[in-house]
Amino acid sequence: MFSWSTIVENLPYLLQATRFTLLVSGLGMGLGLVMGMVLCVARLSPIRWISRIAALYVSFFRGVPLLVQLLLAYYFLPSIGIDIPPLWAAVCSIGLCAAAYIAEILRGALIAVPHGQAEAAAALGMHPFTIWKRILIPQALKISMPSLVNELIMLVKVSSLVSAVGIVELTRMSQSISAATFRPLEIYIAAAAIYLVINLALAGLGQALEKRLDY
Amino acid sequence: MTSENASSVEITALGKYYNNFHALKNINLSIPAGKVTCLIGPSGSGKSTLLRCINFLEEYQEGAVEIDGQVIGLEAVGGRKMSARRLREMRRSIGMVFQQFNLWPHMTAQQNVAEALVQVQGLSKAEAARKAVAALEKVGLGDKTESFPNRLSGGQQQRVAIARAVAMEPKLMLFDEPTSALDPELVGEVLTVIKDLASEGMTMVIVTHEMGFAAHVADQVAFLEAGELVSCAPPAEIFRNPSDARIKAFLETYHARNQF
Repeated sequence: MFSWSTIVENLPYLLQATRFTLLVSGLGMGLGLVMGMVLCVARLSPIRWISRIAALYVSFFRGVPLLVQLLLAYYFLPSIGIDIPPLWAAVCSIGLCAAAYIAEILRGALIAVPHGQAEAAAALGMHPFTIWKRILIPQALKISMPSLVNELIMLVKVSSLVSAVGIVELTRMSQSISAATFRPLEIYIAAAAIYLVINLALAGLGQALEKRLDY
Repeated sequence: MTSENASSVEITALGKYYNNFHALKNINLSIPAGKVTCLIGPSGSGKSTLLRCINFLEEYQEGAVEIDGQVIGLEAVGGRKMSARRLREMRRSIGMVFQQFNLWPHMTAQQNVAEALVQVQGLSKAEAARKAVAALEKVGLGDKTESFPNRLSGGQQQRVAIARAVAMEPKLMLFDEPTSALDPELVGEVLTVIKDLASEGMTMVIVTHEMGFAAHVADQVAFLEAGELVSCAPPAEIFRNPSDARIKAFLETYHARNQF
């Protein structure tokens, strides 16, 4: 028998843990977006060594599994005397990893803006900074929106990995409760529903933004 | 219009390379103020490249392009690249119209025209908007000011692009195959606008495949082939009595193509 009461009884615990899911993925997103923008500009920089470093960064953070990155941050940082709480190690790992993907998404979008767009502006005597701000970024933002939303949704889902460093977020909490109640089906259905709600909200937000950027 | 509002261009011993490819070879060409110069020639002959050297969108390696006596792109002494700031200043008075229009798709027609007025000339938004509407009216698009480019036909888009350049009150206009991307029935409306501008006494350099248009509007026609300037002469001479066999051959293929 499907037990609704198990879900209702345990919902407060699940929601409590959801706060950490939201916290880790929310802060991770913020860090990832900011770092991603910086990295993207660095990768497109005409100065060789800057773009090299950015490319190296992307290769590393895209090439090593996030779980391994998390464990590295968790064990490695204290071993060299940097003592940060597991929560911050988790946020940093997720944010730094997302930054690599976001940088590539933004770079792809900027490359997709036809060259003639900037050329027309340059021919009018526009400053490069203005060309970025007024011509390139608005168009790149629109182009990147679907992939960006994709990446952010992915980020919410991979936030379940941070349980490996002892943070009790939604997935970890579900595991504990289902072990204690012997009701895994109900609990995981509830967890799935919560993830779905978060990500539907994100997708909706993305769609609204896309509409605003439409022309 | 006096030469105060129109620039002259002096191209001397211009050479341009793409790596090992010699795209322009020792070009010498005078473009007098207030006159229309058409650049013609087979595709790949370097006419677009030459045009793009005039506002330094294309960097050149030899010789000089002087606009009203000022070398563009390079320092007059030493041949180093000029500062980006000086280049921007010089470009302010050079308008350019592209084959692919290059309108900014996220802005309305009016915003496309007003953008540089605000960002480059520093006009207030209201003043820029007023000037933009006036420029659009001048090219016959007074009713399309609020339209986004993707709602406009190719001919209309190109006219917006012309308005965008002309609103800056340039002393020199460069047209890079302005009708080559247009459906045949839309070519006329764009050529009419260009012809009207020409009659106002602006200096114009036009890369074109429209020989009839060149014959009617140009004060001089320059024929390029394989990166060389073969001849520069009044249109009557180029079209009726070409001195060079290469021009004859080019015009013959052109005529053959347009017969049916």
